Amino acid sequence: MNTQVTIAGVTFQNPVMTASGTFGSGMEYSEFVDLNRLGAVVTKGVANVPWPGNPVPRVAEVYGGMLNAIGLQNPGIQVFMERDIPFLKQFHTKIIVNVCGKTVEDYIEVVERLGEEDAVSMLEINVSCPNVKEGAIAFGQKADALYHITQEVKKHAKQPIIMKLSPNVTDITEMARAAEAAGADALSMINTITGMKIDVHKRRFAIANKTGGMSGPAIKPVAVRMVYQAAHAVKIPIIGMGGISTGEDAVEFLLAGASAVSVGAMNFADPCATIRVLEEIEAYMKRYQIEHITELIGAVQE
Amino acid sequence: MKKKEIALVLSQKEIAPRIYDMWIQTQLAGQARPGQFICVYPRDRATLLPRPISVCEVNRSRDALRIVYRVAGAGTEEFSHYKAQDPIAIMGTLGNGFPVGEAVGKTVFLIGGGIGIPPILELAKEMDAKKQILLGYRDSNTFLREELEKYGRVYVAAEDGSVGTRGNVLDAAAKNCLEAEMIFACGPMPMLRAVKRYAGEKGIKAYISLEEHMACGVGACLGCVVKTKNLDPHSHVHNARICTEGPVFLADDVEI
Repeated sequence: MNTQVTIAGVTFQNPVMTASGTFGSGMEYSEFVDLNRLGAVVTKGVANVPWPGNPVPRVAEVYGGMLNAIGLQNPGIQVFMERDIPFLKQFHTKIIVNVCGKTVEDYIEVVERLGEEDAVSMLEINVSCPNVKEGAIAFGQKADALYHITQEVKKHAKQPIIMKLSPNVTDITEMARAAEAAGADALSMINTITGMKIDVHKRRFAIANKTGGMSGPAIKPVAVRMVYQAAHAVKIPIIGMGGISTGEDAVEFLLAGASAVSVGAMNFADPCATIRVLEEIEAYMKRYQIEHITELIGAVQE
Repeated sequence: MKKKEIALVLSQKEIAPRIYDMWIQTQLAGQARPGQFICVYPRDRATLLPRPISVCEVNRSRDALRIVYRVAGAGTEEFSHYKAQDPIAIMGTLGNGFPVGEAVGKTVFLIGGGIGIPPILELAKEMDAKKQILLGYRDSNTFLREELEKYGRVYVAAEDGSVGTRGNVLDAAAKNCLEAEMIFACGPMPMLRAVKRYAGEKGIKAYISLEEHMACGVGACLGCVVKTKNLDPHSHVHNARICTEGPVFLADDVEI
């Protein structure tokens, strides 16, 4: 059985990755799972300087999922390069760094610093965080803005770039095409869906930011639909995510056209979720006698 | 070492309206310290996230750990129906816990308010100090009071005046002319703010246990932060993770 997948020339031992922001830089979860077994660790977003993030409450549970508005709290690229990268380098897994910024220049500064580090295999460009007022989402909701930042980042990036798309758009295929036309090497999708929860007893917003990004099993059908649409609109590979909690969920994304998958909110509900999803994918392959996992990519029958 | 496991419910009973008292058989009991917490995972996937619940008491020789919690939503509602011998998914032990050793030989206040009272039990049990235990309740449902009386002098305050001093825990301290060299406290935020102010005025050290909505419980999601005076060790932005750097902080170090 072969679980290897290749995205933009980078080969991963299996398609299971971590969704940015749900797994830190792997340190916290290394007590629960063997990071050596993951296809890749996709890190929490890192900016050029430390970001304090949003006020609390930052998270709230909703039916079958959660809302978050962390606001990309992160220590900045300097600490990240000195602490998080050396930690991850100890493991036999690929490193994908999620990059965030408020201006194009911020993104470029981080991308150039990461270019110095050969251990980083790919960069995931976060243009879709719904919880940061300036930058971020502003680049991810208009096709021309997405085209522009993709092109600028691509000019300065040493590693292949993955543009992480927002689901909070009218037409996902338009965004996918814009990223591809501007030189993106891959897409990852979906980021969280903007939502809101009101505590009726306190008559207050459940999270301080009022709106938050929804994730978890409840959003999976939306994510599968968008991956399917994007996979038919572009030729570049897609990393699918959104509510994956089992191996069969992961296979659903592969069948819809994703080349790899990320486990996100489910890490919170089960700290061993990534490895469990991997084992369940392998069990699925065995059951249906799938020799190579790539046979599943886009293999849904019309 | 943190571990997730399927443990076993040993017993459960309702000890006050909507307050449940559960003993769990778990390997985690051996490492549990007062002020630490565990995550309890609902079975119903509609309630996705684990519920952080403080350690109330441990019986290490029997591998037993006790939680006392209030039914506050769908997750805790589910737990309240668990019976003896039912499986229960838990992860722990989490957080730093109270620095029990710092109190040796001192005169201390152990302060618990409402559902912040349970962690005070194991703390009182393990602490070697002159313990004055101040408990704040809403009304006359004074759960855990008798058990705490075994480990120190207990003073009760109730918001409705039905028992003890009418008012809060600090009203009870004032009414009984109590003084302390150090404070350990867990309870609702307004109480903790009052404790922080009181400790500041008296110039004494206060350790307070905070709570905040959390998702992962292990320091990855950055959901449960508190503003800190000093740079936090994780993000260096004066936002410490309550689940990991806490839940117990020196009152002077946090902005609440």
